[in-house]
Parts: sequence; structure tokens; C-alpha cells
Amino acid sequence: MFGSEFYIDPSRCIGCRSCLTACAECDTHRGVSMIHVDFLDRPNTIATVPMVCMHCDEPTCAMVCPADAIKKGEDGVVRSALKPRCVACSNCVLACPFGVPLVEVDLELMMKCDMCYDRTSVGLKPMCASVCPSQALAYVPPETIARDRRGKPVNEFRFGNQTVRTKVFMMAPAERETISVDVSDYIREEDNAQQFFEQAFVD
Amino acid sequence: MGKEPTGAGETIYRRYGPHVQYTPPGGWAKSAGPAKLVKTHCCFCGQQCGIQLKVQDNQVVGFEPWYEFPYNKGMLCPKGVKRYLQGVHPDRLTHPLMRAAEGFQPVSYDEALDFTARRLLEIREKYGPDAVAVYGGASMVTEKAYVLGKFARIAIGTKNIDYNGRLCMVSAGVAYKLAFGIDRAPNPWADVTKTEVLLVVGANIADCAPIATSYIWQMRENGGKLIVADPRLTPITRNADLYLPVRPGTDLVLLMAMLHVIIREKLVDHEFIEATTTGWEAVRDSVENWDPRRAAEVTGVPPDNIEKAALMFASAGRAMAIHARGLEHHSKGVENCLALINLCLATGNLGGEGRGCFMITGQGNGQGGREHGQKCDQLPGARSISDPEARRYVAGVWGVREEELPGPGLTAVEIMEAIHRGEIKALLSMCFNPLVSLPDATFTREALERLEFFGVIDFFLSETAHLADVVIAGSLQEEDEGVVCSTEGRVQKINKAVDPPGEAKSDARVICDLAARLGKGQCFPYASTREIFEELRIASKGGIADYYGITWERVENEMGVFWPCPALDHPGTLRLFEDGHFWTHDGKAHFVVTENRPSGDPIDTDFPIYLTTGRVVSQFLSGTQTRRIGPLVDLYPEPRCEIHPRLATRFRINDGDWMKVTTRRSEVVLQAMVVRTIRPDTVFIPYHWPGRRSANRLTHRTIDPRSKIPEFKVSACRIEKAAQPADLSAIRREETGLTSPDFPIVPQR
Repeated sequence: MFGSEFYIDPSRCIGCRSCLTACAECDTHRGVSMIHVDFLDRPNTIATVPMVCMHCDEPTCAMVCPADAIKKGEDGVVRSALKPRCVACSNCVLACPFGVPLVEVDLELMMKCDMCYDRTSVGLKPMCASVCPSQALAYVPPETIARDRRGKPVNEFRFGNQTVRTKVFMMAPAERETISVDVSDYIREEDNAQQFFEQAFVD
Repeated sequence: MGKEPTGAGETIYRRYGPHVQYTPPGGWAKSAGPAKLVKTHCCFCGQQCGIQLKVQDNQVVGFEPWYEFPYNKGMLCPKGVKRYLQGVHPDRLTHPLMRAAEGFQPVSYDEALDFTARRLLEIREKYGPDAVAVYGGASMVTEKAYVLGKFARIAIGTKNIDYNGRLCMVSAGVAYKLAFGIDRAPNPWADVTKTEVLLVVGANIADCAPIATSYIWQMRENGGKLIVADPRLTPITRNADLYLPVRPGTDLVLLMAMLHVIIREKLVDHEFIEATTTGWEAVRDSVENWDPRRAAEVTGVPPDNIEKAALMFASAGRAMAIHARGLEHHSKGVENCLALINLCLATGNLGGEGRGCFMITGQGNGQGGREHGQKCDQLPGARSISDPEARRYVAGVWGVREEELPGPGLTAVEIMEAIHRGEIKALLSMCFNPLVSLPDATFTREALERLEFFGVIDFFLSETAHLADVVIAGSLQEEDEGVVCSTEGRVQKINKAVDPPGEAKSDARVICDLAARLGKGQCFPYASTREIFEELRIASKGGIADYYGITWERVENEMGVFWPCPALDHPGTLRLFEDGHFWTHDGKAHFVVTENRPSGDPIDTDFPIYLTTGRVVSQFLSGTQTRRIGPLVDLYPEPRCEIHPRLATRFRINDGDWMKVTTRRSEVVLQAMVVRTIRPDTVFIPYHWPGRRSANRLTHRTIDPRSKIPEFKVSACRIEKAAQPADLSAIRREETGLTSPDFPIVPQR
């Protein structure tokens, strides 16, 4: 499966948490799961979202790490913190725009998804994308996604002023180029300028 | 005997669990080392996903995805991921057990079998052969199911053998036999991706057949539309193009109204009807009065959406209808399935790629386990036990006279009722946990307590086995080999990964050894499971479920073979009815008239709310296995009652509050899960748990007159707010209980 990329399509997620159980079967961190499945608002909806590390081009977690413990490989995979360096300060947990890293209190170590490095480095799919029954998590060649899916893979995200490019793709409606979580990015261009604020905060 | 040892509950739970297992044998580090990989299939549901088990030192220590297997391509649900934890488990029975003053005591295999055979002979002598009943399980490989059926009829001579598939999808089986003459899903799963409109009625596919969602989502990626009819918004409805919130027990009216619209809008495929079917006029007339407006009053589905669903289904070039227990678990389960079949027939959606109706089998070998002999009315090859020609043929294969074969016997629920009436005195049960899985658990317990002899063959001490006189330690799925048939009719091979531990034996070995002690050893001379399969091939030859052309080698080389496969050079039958041939007496597909009638447990002013039951993704059936697997228990630790906020508010029940659900049988107290994803007139409880919170304490024993399936999917109940039970820790211990001191837990997040 060399040449494959990782795709997340939240709309396919059925909340079965197979990814969560399978993540704990990965030999590098067996017994500990590093994936998140969020039940968005169970009282009101069945919608669920799986989240793996997005493996940013410029990882925010590494930028805020005071111990320089978080490294990205040449393959673009951002690793868990280096054990000898990590001080378990949780800066990365707070800073990650996707909410991915976790600090293992017992181990005093930040751990996160490393895209099943032991598997992907030898051409196998990551555990979560292998088992995912709905293929909300998929590890396939880009051509397969282009052929089989209607959505468009997006790997550029805007969080206010921060633009993050990632190795992992999120499936979005076909017309989307970028995903933004800031309302102001969706407001009509003219309204979004200085005048908007002038109007909004006129005293 | 059939009574639980008095005062021994504590001892039993301490020794036999359920305990929860979290780590592989030897711990995480050891199991990461080199291992042998065994290609086989998951032990749980009817999808029978391919999986590779990791084996070290005769122990299953983990799994590796099997990417090449065509159905699931490596995909697994959480049950499949963690199934390996059932192997080396503190609760695993490693010796036969006999009743002692305090619980059970281990005895030798010979002692247990001698005792069992002696009691069966005594009771047969005293009351006649039909006073002995045999229960089988649909999780067992087909060879075991076959040999158990032969054992009951030849070695014991009883007509009363039935299996827990009776609780699964027999309504569909009966309906498909009436309409098509064959009891198998007509299409492979891959067809779902090719259809333009998929109608899902009463099938919680995301929780009960999770891999199938990848096929449904692919159908939508290809531009297809999804219609879902269910009292709950199950996870697949998140992408439904149309959702029909049908009131429990009214699916039949919904489907008849859809046919009404199709006829009115002149969308009927007369050419197909003329060429391939009989009985159209009567069915056409039977739906005349079910216009959507009237149907809406019964079903609670807006009339416009009934119209829309009918138009979508009938206008599509290719349409498929899928159903499961939600349609089948009714006292009119057969009619429900027939109404869906009628929709497909009327629109010509049958016998082609992306066109047809599809029943989803629930149990591991739900399909194969019913084809070859543990069903009370069938002989191998899915032959009728009432058919003289079939009887002569099978008697010939078995080397007995036709008169020696008993006739059709009682079904699973009827057997329990006959035990209760005192007509059946002895029960031998293999791989079945009726105390949790049969409706009306209080009645089931009363019945079991009246038995003069109760023998169990199983690998864990199920709740039912607590009442046994003798428990023979059988085999887990990975400790034996044989074939299973998946929900799409694909015969697959289970491969042996490890040997049974201690004095535990392969189930088939136990049956053959028992047969020898009953004086019929010459009919059970098998040295291996393969020899059983070779006999099964011949016994099924010429039958409907014809396995004659299937060999274990073909199954392995071809990644499964679809039956019927009558000859070694026959490719197998991927899709049924493509040539317009049906297995009915006239070779045609039959429209069958359906008539609406009320549920067997109707709502009234005392019991004004519908109760429906079902599954959650992380547990399986009565939970004998999955309640012992820690990571699965953690995902959904105990039963909860789903209730709509509108109903909850009326009773001042908040999320997490304790509430009491009472039916005409019994009551349970459990916590509320307040969600907008269920009809406001309905509550839902999953049924995997035993004891005081068992959903089946509430359900009723009304059965479908033809399929004899219980009406699990609709009971009448009332609810009220309740206090937390004082003995909650004791209740929890009965369900998933304790960790074993010998197997320390490494908790997972």
C-alpha cells in the first residue's frame, strides 16, 4: 500500500469504535488507543466523528513544545514525543488545533497517532483504516478516492489567522478547497472587511 | 434437576465469571513477538468476516487483518478486533462439571459422558424419546449442526430438536420458501453498491452488520438513494435520503401502502409479473384499502413520505430491499417479509445485479446452521422432514430405515413450553443460552427448573448452564474446523488455530462419543470433522441447499463457494433467480397475500408505551462471549433504556436517571438514555444482559404461527421513575462482573 494517503470522511462514521479498539492492537503501543471517536451530541443526534492525527506540514504541537520532543519524519509523519525529552507539560495537547495529542499521565509522556508507523513503513495499512467498517477512515491511493468518492479531499484548514496544511485529508463537499472553522471566513466578502466591525461595534 | 445450586451463586460467579479479560495471554509485550497466522473467520455475526488469528504456543494472542478476503477486505467491527481475548480466559471451561453441593465440581470426561448417557437413556425409557429435547446453536460450524441433527434423530430418536436460529430470522426463511421455494438471500452484498434505490426495513445495519455500511455508503457514492424504515434513527440513517419512523409492529401496513401507491401510479412491472410469478391479482386486491392516509394513522409515518418512498423504489431502474430482525421478530414476521418480497416482485426487482431482496442473517452460521439438520422440520440439504422422498434419501445415507426417522418436532419456544408443561423431561443444550435469549425469562427459568435432566455442552458457564446437572466443556470456534455459510450464501472455511484446553473437547467429538454410549456409535464413525463434511456433501446432494460440489479445498482456493453447488465443476450460485427459475413446485415466484393483525402484546391504558429490543455494536446475542471481553464491555458497559425527551419529560426522567419498565410479565430497573433518535411512543432496551436487567424478562412468548419466531420487537410497557437499586453491585456482577485476581487488568482509555 505504498503510495496511499489517509482520508477521513466523518459523514461515513457509524460510531462503532472499531478504530479505537484496533488502535490499541498496534504493536508500537499495544494496549493503548490513540484515536478519538466523538459522539457529537448523542441526546440529539447519532452523528459521530473519528479523529486521527492530521500530521501537519508545520505541526503546531512541535512548535509549542518547550523540550523539542516532537519530531516529524521525512515521510511527513509526526511522531509521538520522544520519551527522554518529553516533560509531559501538555502544551501540545492545548495547542493542537485538531485536539489530537494526549498525555499519558502514568508514563509522563505525550502519545499520539503515528499513523501506525510500524505498519505503514512496511507497506501495510494503519490498524484503524484497516478495520474501519464504514471506511470513514481510509488508507488508499489518491486515484481510488478520486474514482470511488463524490467528496473532495481537503488538506488545508483555517483556524482564524492560522492556516494548517496536513498530510491527512478530510473529505469535504465537492466544491470545497479549504475547511475553515471561523465564521468570518464564510461571510460575504464585502461584509467581512473592516466595515463589518465598524458596524458591529458602533457606539 | 435444573435448579440453581442453593446459596452457591457467589461461588459460581467467583469461579466461572463473567470476568472481563483485557490482555492477551502472556501480556502485551510477549504477544508482540513472532506468531503463526491462521486465516479463518470471525466467530460472531452472520457476516463472517475474514480474519487472521495470531497464534503463539497453542494460544490465540491477537489478530491481523485479512485484506484479501473479498467480503470485508480486512475490515472488522470492535467484536472482531477483540474476539481473540475469549481464548485464554479465566472463565474458559477446561473440564466437564457436575452438580455438587456447592456449585459444580470438575469430573473426568468419561464420567460426565457416562452420566449424561445414562440419564438420557433412563428418561427415554420412562417417558419415550420425544420427552428428550435437544437445543443447538447457530454459531456452530455446519458440520456440528449436521451431526447434532443426526444425533437427535438417530441416537436419541427424538423429533424435538431445534436451535437458537429460531430466535433469529426464521420468519424470513419461511417467507422466502413460500415465495421462492428457497431459503437464502438471493444477492451477494456487492450488488448493494450497484443498486439505485436501497430500502432498509427493520435492519440496524451499523450496529449489527457494521461492514455492510461500506457497501451502502459506496452505493450512495455511486449516486444511489437510501430509504430507512425504523422506529429509531440508527446510525445508517445519518445518510438516509428518506427516513420513515415506523411505529413498532406496523411495518406490514407501511409496505402494503407502498404497494398501493405503486399500483395507483401504474409503476407495476406487468411483463415481469406475467413471465415469472403467480398470485398477483389477490395481492393487488389485498392492498386496495391501504391508501397512505389510512396507513399513516397506523404506522405514524406521514402519508407524503409513504408516497415518496413508494415512488422512489418503483421508479428506480434497479432497487433492492434489505431487512433483518426488525421486520422478522413479530407474530406476523412471515407476512412482513412477504410484503417486502411482494414489493420487489411487483416492481420486477429480482434476479439481477443490484435488484432483489436481501435478508441479513444475524448469527455466525445462521445460514449454514439451519440448512443441514438442527432445525426441527428440516433434514440435510434444507429438505423437508415431512417429504417421503427426502426421508428415504437421508435415511439411506445414514444407514437407517426411513421409519426410524422422527417427523417434524417442536420449535425452540415450543420446546420450552413443553418443558414447562412437563411433557419434555430432559434437555441437552449445546451453544445456546435460552435463559437470556428466549422471551419471558421468568417462564424460561420456571421451565428449566422442572427438568429431570439438563445437560449443557459449552465453553463458558452461561447463565443457563447454572441450572445444569452436567456441563461438558466443548470447543470455541477457533478450536475446531468446518464450514459456515455467510449471510450472502457464501460457504466459507473456519480453520483450527489452537487445541481445546485440558479436558475440553471438540463439540462434534462430544456428540459422537455420546452417540456411542447410546448404542449408535456405528452411525457416527467419524475420525475427523472432514469426514462429517464429506457425509454432509452426500446427504445434501439433490436437496435445495446442495453442497455436493463444494469441497474444503474449493472453499479455500475460491475464497468461498455460493450454494447451491451440485457438482464439482459447478461454479456455485452467486445470485439466485437469474434464469427466471424458482425452487417452487411450479418454478414460479409466488405473490402471497398478507393481512394485518395486531401484535400479541397490544398496548392499552395500563401499558401504553411500545417496548422494542435489539443489539448494540459491541455486544453479541446473549453476551456469553462478549460480556467477558473487557474492551467490548467498556464500550457499552450495561443495559440502558433509550427514551425520547418528550416521553421522558412527562415522567420527569432525565438522562442517567433510574427508571422502571414494566410489562405484563415482569419489570426491570435501569438507567435512562434520553435521546431524540427514537419515536416518542417507544422505548428501546438492548438484550445482551442476564439477570435482573435482562430485556427478555419483559418480552412475551407470542410466536408467528408459521415461523414460530417470538415477537421480540414489540411489547406493551409502562414506565416510571425509580430509585437506584440497593444491590446494584450484585446486579452488575451477574452481568459482566468481576476481574479475576489471576488476570490483572490493564484498563484502556
